[in-house]
Amino acid sequence: MDKILRIDMGAKGGPQVKVEGLGEYAGLGGRAMTSSVVFREVPPLCHPLGAENKLVIAPGLLSGSSASMSGRISVGCKSPLTGGIKEANSGGQGAQVLARLGYAAVILEGKPEGDDLYKVFINRDGVKVEKDNSLKMLPNYDLVDKMKGVYGDKITCISIGPAGEMKLGAASVAITDIEGRPTRHAGRGGVGAVMGSKGVKVIVLDDTGLKNREPKDAEKFRAANKKFVEGLTTHAVTGQALPAYGTNVLTNIINEAGGYPSYNFKDGQFAGASKISGETFADIETKRGGNATHPCHRGCVIRCSGTYVDKDGHFVSKQPEYETVWAHGGDCGIDDPDAIAQIDFLDDNIGLDTIEMGATIGVAMQAGLVKFGDAAAAIGLIKEVGKGTPLGKILGSGAAVTGKVFGVEKVPVVKNQALPAYDPRAIQGIGVTYATSPMGADHTAGYAIATNILKNGGWVDPLKPEGQVELSRNLQIATAAIDSTGMCLFIAFAILDQPETNQALINLLNAFYGWNLTGDDVTALGKKVLKMERDFNAKAGFTKEQDRLPRFFTTEKVGPHNITFQVKDAELDSVFNW
Amino acid sequence: MHITVKLFATLRRGRFDREILDCPGSTKVLDIVTRLAIPEKQAAIIFINSRHGGLDTELHEGDTLALFPPVGGG
Repeated sequence: MDKILRIDMGAKGGPQVKVEGLGEYAGLGGRAMTSSVVFREVPPLCHPLGAENKLVIAPGLLSGSSASMSGRISVGCKSPLTGGIKEANSGGQGAQVLARLGYAAVILEGKPEGDDLYKVFINRDGVKVEKDNSLKMLPNYDLVDKMKGVYGDKITCISIGPAGEMKLGAASVAITDIEGRPTRHAGRGGVGAVMGSKGVKVIVLDDTGLKNREPKDAEKFRAANKKFVEGLTTHAVTGQALPAYGTNVLTNIINEAGGYPSYNFKDGQFAGASKISGETFADIETKRGGNATHPCHRGCVIRCSGTYVDKDGHFVSKQPEYETVWAHGGDCGIDDPDAIAQIDFLDDNIGLDTIEMGATIGVAMQAGLVKFGDAAAAIGLIKEVGKGTPLGKILGSGAAVTGKVFGVEKVPVVKNQALPAYDPRAIQGIGVTYATSPMGADHTAGYAIATNILKNGGWVDPLKPEGQVELSRNLQIATAAIDSTGMCLFIAFAILDQPETNQALINLLNAFYGWNLTGDDVTALGKKVLKMERDFNAKAGFTKEQDRLPRFFTTEKVGPHNITFQVKDAELDSVFNW
Repeated sequence: MHITVKLFATLRRGRFDREILDCPGSTKVLDIVTRLAIPEKQAAIIFINSRHGGLDTELHEGDTLALFPPVGGG
């Protein structure tokens, strides 16, 4: 991982490939890499779909090594959805394969003049960029099948569906999983639209003949990985609950806590929650012959993913994640697991962020376009996006645009990005993260649910404003660091509770690179990343007034706790004062 | 008195999803956890009427008690 691949899609005479050393980006991975490149090279006032924006795809520091859990990939740019900096993070095989191919980053630059579509093929022999207009408007699954026909079954694809080609605000970048299905997505912020604006439909990776990246100190690295894996497999969350039920184990608990936004954030509980809970999905998958415990990338020991099949045992989609089940389920008043799994497939195939799309349909339901609870109508709306009808393009532009077009007051977005599956009134810590993260409303940016609800890393009362700013601040710093390592964020459940597992992670980095990092250095890295992101946003025109939740969260109470969001504006403004 | 008890995730195995239990007048969460043979560490997250509680929280007529093992996701 000692080189950076730049592809200038706007070069005269066609795309130009340049491979260079790491230079000033040495020692960076994942989010630290993408945010550094965007911060240093992208003019903050550029149009996100213009030639000056760049799409940066970066594996983490430990990706491509034998370190367990190291398969996360970061996709960064100036976001067409938020207008600020973006890092969208995904599992799948992309990070491991790209890292083994030796690339610390792939940067798509410039903009082609015409509307030709390109595919990029990368293997041990080099990089080929070819025009291929036969791929136009292919959904992700069909595209990947076609690529397998050309390049063989062992490839990994990083691609966009029709939504990315149409440059919609909810467009994702898809990454294939260990079965070669496009089920994992860098979903948030419209990163797929930026890839579409560069005219790149798919990056095909083939690491045939290449081995894992070797650590500087193999013995120490093996020992650290052993300790790290022990910590994950013995912790109750990463060793038991996530493998058995996946992320959707949260439906019941968030609903029980009164923090489950239903009917477009009208209520804090949903009567149909148990019908779409992780327990129910796991039951269905087991009974029908699906799979409730499955890794999204090789080397994952948590295995929170799964495979959802229909009554006849045929593949429907991967096991929908908690946020997807909430967005397309409770937020829209829908309690049908089969319908939700079908929508999950449609989103993946069209190349859409499931959180943005579920929240958008919730807003459309609020507007009366279709009725709450009408699963068939929701499926119809997602198909409109895939077809690219005018209505579909409005919906595919996200919740904020849809709310404006249909005259809806209650639109759950921060910096134009839809809120995920936790009501910030009943879980106030996550409200601080939603309001202040440089990414817009993003639960993963500082997952206060862990400490507010799950009693992981201590407990801060979710119903009170006290302690939430400090909680969110510390989590945002830690997350920015973890997102740079290539590690799955779920390792945080174990490292928040177990200092020895946290130390094992630091030991992994030190043994791999020959570094002498301490816990303080890791914290400093997290702060550095956040500072760059905040600085970029400030230069792009963001002020503290954008670090706020939509007004209705402070004026409308939500049941069952009958509570509003109570963290004061001045406190929100102190999140990044460290 | 009557307490509605809801169990989730692995705590359901060999037990139940939801039952109304008849309990003596002075009952704490720990009494119910013991009665259901749930190891204390497994009753990691406790809600009484949607608010966090502890093993020594006193229960009252009509309360809903929800018990979760250690879980996470997101």
